[in-house]
Parts: sequence; structure tokens; C-alpha cells
Amino acid sequence: MTGKNMQKQRPVREPLFHVSKNNALPVWKGLLYRAAAVLAAMLLTGLLGVLLVRKNPLEIYAAIFKGPFIDIWTLLQNTAVLLGFALAVVPAFKMKYFNMGANGQVLVGCLAGIACMKFLSGALPDWLVIILIIAASVAASVVFALIPAVFKAFFDTNETLFTLMMNYVAIGLVDYMVFVWDKSGSGTLGIVNLFSHAGWFPNIINKYFPSVLVVALMTVFMTVYMKYTKHGFETALVGESVNTARYVGINVRKVIIRTLALSGLMCGIMGALYAGSIEHTVNASVGGKGFTAILVAWLANFDPPVMALVSFLVMFLTSGTEYAAASLRLGSNDFASITVGIVFFFVMASEFFIRYNVQLTDRGRKVFRVREKQSEEKGGTA
Amino acid sequence: MLGGINIVNILTDAIAMGTVFLFGCVGETLTEKAGNLNLGIPGIMCCGALGGGLGVWICSAGATDAAASPGWVFVTVSVLLAMVFAAAAGLIYAFLTVTLNTNQNIAGLALTTFGVGVLRFFSKKINNDIVFHGASRYFKNLFGYSGSGAFGRIFLSHGILVYLGIIIAVCASFFLRKTRTGLALRAVGENPATADAVGINVSAFKYAFVLIGSAVAGLGGLYYVMDKSNGTTFSEAAIDTFGWMAVALVIATMWKPVLSIFGSILFGGLYVLSAYLPLSFNQLKLFGMVPYLITVLVLIVIRLLNRRDNQPPASLGLSYFREDR
Repeated sequence: MTGKNMQKQRPVREPLFHVSKNNALPVWKGLLYRAAAVLAAMLLTGLLGVLLVRKNPLEIYAAIFKGPFIDIWTLLQNTAVLLGFALAVVPAFKMKYFNMGANGQVLVGCLAGIACMKFLSGALPDWLVIILIIAASVAASVVFALIPAVFKAFFDTNETLFTLMMNYVAIGLVDYMVFVWDKSGSGTLGIVNLFSHAGWFPNIINKYFPSVLVVALMTVFMTVYMKYTKHGFETALVGESVNTARYVGINVRKVIIRTLALSGLMCGIMGALYAGSIEHTVNASVGGKGFTAILVAWLANFDPPVMALVSFLVMFLTSGTEYAAASLRLGSNDFASITVGIVFFFVMASEFFIRYNVQLTDRGRKVFRVREKQSEEKGGTA
Repeated sequence: MLGGINIVNILTDAIAMGTVFLFGCVGETLTEKAGNLNLGIPGIMCCGALGGGLGVWICSAGATDAAASPGWVFVTVSVLLAMVFAAAAGLIYAFLTVTLNTNQNIAGLALTTFGVGVLRFFSKKINNDIVFHGASRYFKNLFGYSGSGAFGRIFLSHGILVYLGIIIAVCASFFLRKTRTGLALRAVGENPATADAVGINVSAFKYAFVLIGSAVAGLGGLYYVMDKSNGTTFSEAAIDTFGWMAVALVIATMWKPVLSIFGSILFGGLYVLSAYLPLSFNQLKLFGMVPYLITVLVLIVIRLLNRRDNQPPASLGLSYFREDR
């Protein structure tokens, strides 16, 4: 490419780096870069922690690694929940449909589930209530996911903001319904069926395991769906190029709507889990992992098993930093979101060195006083 | 008065609330004109609020005395720090998306998560509601208006940042439509390869306008904390929600900063309207959804209008890599 028609008289300077696409980086090198990025991010958070509390950084790291193991089941459940959200957004994401509304979709699912639990238990046998909770959650979430999808498919509206606004609509619905249902005047619903446990999902092993099990099944399903089915292939193709998809005879509208229905289904299952197994109540702050889930899906390159790993790492880090924040008096739990944010930034930056090859140009070598060719590159060279 | 509803009060309040959106919207418009869709605006506004809060903290001698410095010092230092903090957050986004070609949506989303966390975490360390409330008077009622005339209340009773926001929006509009640099900026957003070919430094433009846009948006956070909410909600402000509304408003106002003045007043009106309507508590809860539903409606209508001059910049959201074909 040329592009040096000069508008004003400015000396042409050679850039310091030459950047080119690199499609053949070995997998282990990619992993190494990402690990290095996480490590660098952790060093930075450690430094931040030291500046804030003036404690030995080793103490901070020790706390971060101790925290998650104190309650391993909570960690596993949190991982499962984050992964569930990520599985819900990933098929749409693969289609380049940015579903920012997972929070709202899960929330309405949970709301519908709680409604069933609150009003049907006692009147119907318990197993039927549980089935109805799941059905209602899924139905509500699917409807909520389909509204923006239909508008996207037929009018090409901006789905990012549409789904985002639907989150607040869901919060509004929950606030309203809780207010209507709540007779105590506290403005909260409290645990539904606290003593009878009617409509609660049965504890398998313990109360955390059902969510882990369900999300594990969802992971298997999504892996198969995305990698080995015609539907998954069509979704990926629409994401790559709408025109190509249309050319080979794919009904793009149908694919968008179908994929978002699947997204809604996943969110509905998560909503049912919140209602029946995790929270047993509904309020505006139930769920809320939709944004992190999008980051997880992207970092894992839309691959469900990798997403499971990334979710685990994120939750490990979160619970570790939360523990460190509490035990070392760093301040509030929000230190965790700062840490996770920094880690995300660093891993994103490392993606660059995975996808591109960065070499010093002749001028770059002079500036950085590098004699030997290719002796000290930033990032990787072949 | 109209059917028991005080129009003057609503309008005054709508302008006050709308200014939060206005800053975010104008900032995001400038950024998007450079072809960068910055979903980090909510986080950037949080960082702006934190910077502004830090300014107040410094001027009030560590949040001990709201009269430690003259009022203009409070305002100047806070505005500057808000812009610096917001621009610093924008710099993270710019580095990731412009230099490292990261997916813009992802980088923005991560920045929002980060920014919200940063505000919540650090604001607790410097907050002092009483001092902040005391200092908020420097930000309010620039002209010292205390009358009750409709014109004066609607147009003269606001704080300095409201007027600053309107001035910035008008300047941005003039800049985009009438100046050579504005033309170059729009070229970068429409087709960076073409802009590159005529000798425009695409990366420099993208960096510059992500930073400028972030700095402007950051003022929205400062304004919300120190003026709109009287300095009392620093630690638990819902600034990210307003940030998302601001991003939606960019589409609703079709990337036109002057339109965003009116758009933000309209959005602000939707937010404050419920307080003036004779609603029961039940209806009030339901009314909370209205601003978002209207936003959705606006998104659809704008899309259906589908004219050439209300479309986003053609290469919005795409990163530019010169060696791509």
C-alpha cells in the first residue's frame, strides 16, 4: 500500500515497528503469551494493593490464592453461573450479534420461575411445580431474547443497545412485581417458601451441585451444537458474511431468530436455576454476569470448553481478590472488579501479539540500538 | 401550570438531568465520528466522576472543609481532573483498539466494568457527604438566579456545567461540519483507507478524538455527582446507567451534536417526569421502565427512517489495519 501523497510538506518517517498478520503461531506460544499477560496483570494489581495498604505483596498474593479454597463449592457454583451466561451469549456472538441483554433475559426468567414457585406450590405436586418453574423461566427468557432479535432480523435495528435497554426494562418489571407481591412493605421479596422448600430444586450431593451439573450439560450441548451441527455451521457462516450466507441459500432472518431463541433458552435455564436452586428469590441484582460473560466468550474464542476454563479463572481471581480485600482491609469488594478489569486488558493486549507479528524496522533498530537482527523483538517472531 | 402539572419545573429539571446525557452523547459522537464505537463511555463517565471528586477532595483539604478554597478553584480543578481521569481511561481504550486492533465492543465493555469498579472502590476512600454537599454549591446556579419567572428558571438557574455542555455541543457541531479538521475526522470514520491515502494520519485522529470524546464524557460524571445530585451520591451513583443512555442517545440524535442538546433534554424529561405526575406508587414503579422503552422505540424509528444522513459512520466499529485488504 502506498498512501503517501503528502498534503503538507512533512518528512516521511519510517515507523519503528513493522506489523504483519501472523496466522501460524503455535498454540503453546499463544498460551504462553496469555499466561504472561495474566502474570503481568497480577503484578500490577499486587503493586496497586501494596500502594493502598502498604503490606508485603506476597501477603496479598497469598490471600488471593487462599481465598477461593475456603469455599470451593461456592467457587464452583459461581464458575458455573458465569459459564452459563457465557454459553447463553456465545451462539449469538458467533453470529456477530452482540447480546448485551443476558442479564435482563435471565432476570425475567427468574421472575417467571419465582412467580410459579410462589403461587403454584401447595396447589400442585412438587415435581409438577418444578417443571412449571423451568417451563415458565424458559418461556419468559425466550420471549425477552426474541423481541430484539425479531427487530434485528426484519429492520436491522442496533441490537447492542436494544438488548441493553431490555435489561433495564427487566429490572423495572422485577421492581414492579416485587412491589406488588410483597405484603410486608419491605420492598423485597425475601426467600420464597423458606420453610416448606416447596418448588425448590432437589439437592444433589449439596445445594451447589445441581447448578454445576446443569451448566456442565449445557456446555456439552453447546460444544456439539456449535461444532458439529448444521445449525451451528449456519450461525457461524452468518457471522462471517451475511452475503455469503444468503448466497448459499441460508435464510438469515430465520438463523438470527433461531439462534436468539437458543440464547433465550439458555438464559431461561439460568433463570430457573436462580429461582429454584441458587437464590430462591428475585430482585434487581440477581444475575448480572452478562457483561463479564461476553468478555469470557470472546477471550475463549467462542469455544465452550475453553470458556469453562476462563470462567473458572475469572471466578477464582474474583473470589481471591474479594477475600484479600476483606482480610487485608483493602477496602470494598470492588477491588475484585478492578483486578479482573486489569487482567482483561492485559489479555486483550496479548491477543495482539498472538495475531500479529511485530518486528523492528531499520529505523526502529537504530532508535532502540539493537544491533543483531531479530534479537530483541517485542512479542513473537517466527 | 397545566392540569396541575408544573411545566416550568419539569423543563428546568429535564435540562438539569439531560446534561448528564449531553456530555456523554457529545463525547461519544466525537469518538464515533472517528470510527470508534466506544462502549466504555459508562466506565469513562465513572472515571470522570472520580477525577472530579478527587479535585473536590484536594480543594477541600482532604474533604474536611468545603470552604478551604475559593469556589472557582473547586470548579476549575475538578473539571480539569475529571477530564484528565476520563481521558486516561479513554487512553486505555484507544491503545487497545487503535494500536492493538482489539475488538472495540470488547475493549469498551471491559473498560466499563473496570471504570465502574474504580469509581466504587476509590470514591469510598475520599468521600465525605457533608463536605461534598457543601462544595456542590460552587457548581450550581452560575448566575445566582433566585427569581420565580419562567424564563429565568428554565434558562438561567443552572450550574456552570450545564452551559458548558451546551457550548461544547455547539462547538462540536461547528467543528464537524464547518472545519477542515472536522472533514478529515469524518473521512477517518467513513473510510480510513481513503483518509490514509490522502495523507491523513488515521491513528493520530483516532487517538485524539477518543481522548477528547472521553474527556467530554467524563464531565457528565462530574456534573451528575457535584451538581445534579448535590454531591451526596458520590459512592453509589448510578452513572453507568446514564452512560448507556448517552450511548443510545447518539443513535437517537443521528450523530448530530446540536440535536443531542434537545435529545438529552427529552431523555432527561423522561427521567424526571414521573416525579411530577400524579402517580400511585405502583404506577411509579412501572413508569421507571418508560425511558428505556422510549429509547428502544427511538432506535427502531430511526432505523425505519433509514435516510442517508442519519446513518452511522460507515466504518464504525471496525479497526483499521493498513495492510489489510
